[in-house]
Amino acid sequence: MNYSFDFTPVLAAWPMLLEGILGTLRMSSLSMVFGLTLGIVFMMMRMSRQPVLRTIAIGYIELIRNTPILVQVFFVFFGMPAIGLRLSGEQAAILAMTLNCGAYAAEIVRGGVQSIRPGQIEAGRALGLHTADIYRFIVFRPAIRAVYPALCSQFILMMLNSSLVSSVSAEELTYFAQTLDSQTFRSFEIYLTLGVIYLVLSQFFSAALSMIGRVYFSYPTK
Amino acid sequence: MSVNSSQKAIEMVGVNKWYGPLQVLKGIDLDVSRGEHIVLCGPSGSGKSTLIRCINHLEEIQQGRISVNGTELSQKGTNADHIRRDVGMVFQQFNLFPHLTVLENCMLAQRRVRKTSAAEAKDKAMRHLERVHIAEQAQKYPAQLSGGQQQRVAIARALCMDPKIMLFDEPTSALDPEMVKEVLDTMISLADGGITMICVTHEMGFARAVAHRVIFMDRGEIIESAKPDAFFSNPSHERTRAFLSQILNH
Ligand SMILES: Nc1ncnc2c1ncn2[C@@H]1O[C@H](COP(=O)(O)OP(=O)(O)OP(=O)(O)O)[C@@H](O)[C@H]1O
Ligand SMILES: [Mg+2]
Repeated sequence: MNYSFDFTPVLAAWPMLLEGILGTLRMSSLSMVFGLTLGIVFMMMRMSRQPVLRTIAIGYIELIRNTPILVQVFFVFFGMPAIGLRLSGEQAAILAMTLNCGAYAAEIVRGGVQSIRPGQIEAGRALGLHTADIYRFIVFRPAIRAVYPALCSQFILMMLNSSLVSSVSAEELTYFAQTLDSQTFRSFEIYLTLGVIYLVLSQFFSAALSMIGRVYFSYPTK
Repeated sequence: MSVNSSQKAIEMVGVNKWYGPLQVLKGIDLDVSRGEHIVLCGPSGSGKSTLIRCINHLEEIQQGRISVNGTELSQKGTNADHIRRDVGMVFQQFNLFPHLTVLENCMLAQRRVRKTSAAEAKDKAMRHLERVHIAEQAQKYPAQLSGGQQQRVAIARALCMDPKIMLFDEPTSALDPEMVKEVLDTMISLADGGITMICVTHEMGFARAVAHRVIFMDRGEIIESAKPDAFFSNPSHERTRAFLSQILNH
């Protein structure tokens, strides 16, 4: 083996890597926020008494959870233009990841809502609160708190999966790494560095999410 | 107590309720006058909780009529919200909202249901928290309070909605013995204020102190209804006697 390791071309390309990091952060964070919102909507449909809404929600959740995320990304980017929705790589990436995250979040949050004691909802009803208010002010926070660790793992998994959207030229970390690889052929150094950056990013997300959790869920329990 | 319809707080006529094949309320007829205090007792599973939960439509009935302050509750509960404005409820398990402070627990429904301003809601919450002697804990969370304190907060929370009727479902059964008195004292002072009250409890001292009538239920039926003196000293039904000897020797 006479390969001589040389990280200088990788380090020299730091502005590009930084742009990639920002791209990954941007797309993942947006998809998390949109995905959680979408997940809550589908969770409510899934738990609704309306069979039509329930069926739509179940169909969506099963479809997403039983197909590869790469196929979903391709479908949004390459398939949607056929029905008139032409998106940039980044837009397609965010849409696909939102749809993906929404399905998983819906099921996770549903578990949280089911963990709420019926007495909580009854107390709200006895006070005259409407169903929407009961969910918004009584159920929501304890429900999310109950499943927050699971939700965070799902978010981090999605951030890591975002490397797949490089395949539709969304300008995130892996996309720039591939570009750099084709320019310098320093594959070993590049992908090793890339791995380290992802590791740091997931640590960062993990810390940020647990900080948000501590602020938002700081109420004491027995 | 003379009763004409305008003085009726609650009127139940021929109420039947089933859970699947199991009939849990059988032909319940019950009139409660304004300001009347009723204690409801009976063995476990006799339908006490179910009965009072029908009054604010936490449960649906299949047959019969229920009116609250002259408004008849529709079968599907379409006017349940209207009726719940007049009816407060206190549960065995307190059911305080764990993520809200004591003060916020007392403000939420005022803000969302009555659309009260924040300042006014806070004022009223503090007044009722003082009334149940717990104002100094207003900024704490439920989990930081003892059971007795939590139940007093739950009472204050219900009172913040200015209910004309209060329903209590075994409010002291989940409490350690040393905390029962503080909650009962709160309820007694509430009764002295003249509110209409139905209380499911086996605290017979409380029944003697505040009840105008004690009602005994068994297997979904009202078996006996009498003034406390008569109820305890001279029950007319065998089942009531058996029940009383059980809980009084307990
Ligand atoms: N949601 C439900 N589904 C089916 N059966 C129920 C339900 N809730 C109550 N029951 C049954 O209805 C009957 C009356 O119950 P209820 O809770 O009203 O009794 P209770 O007098 O309050 O008893 P306890 O003193 O134990 O609280 C019981 O046989 C109970 O098992
Ligand atoms: Mg009961």
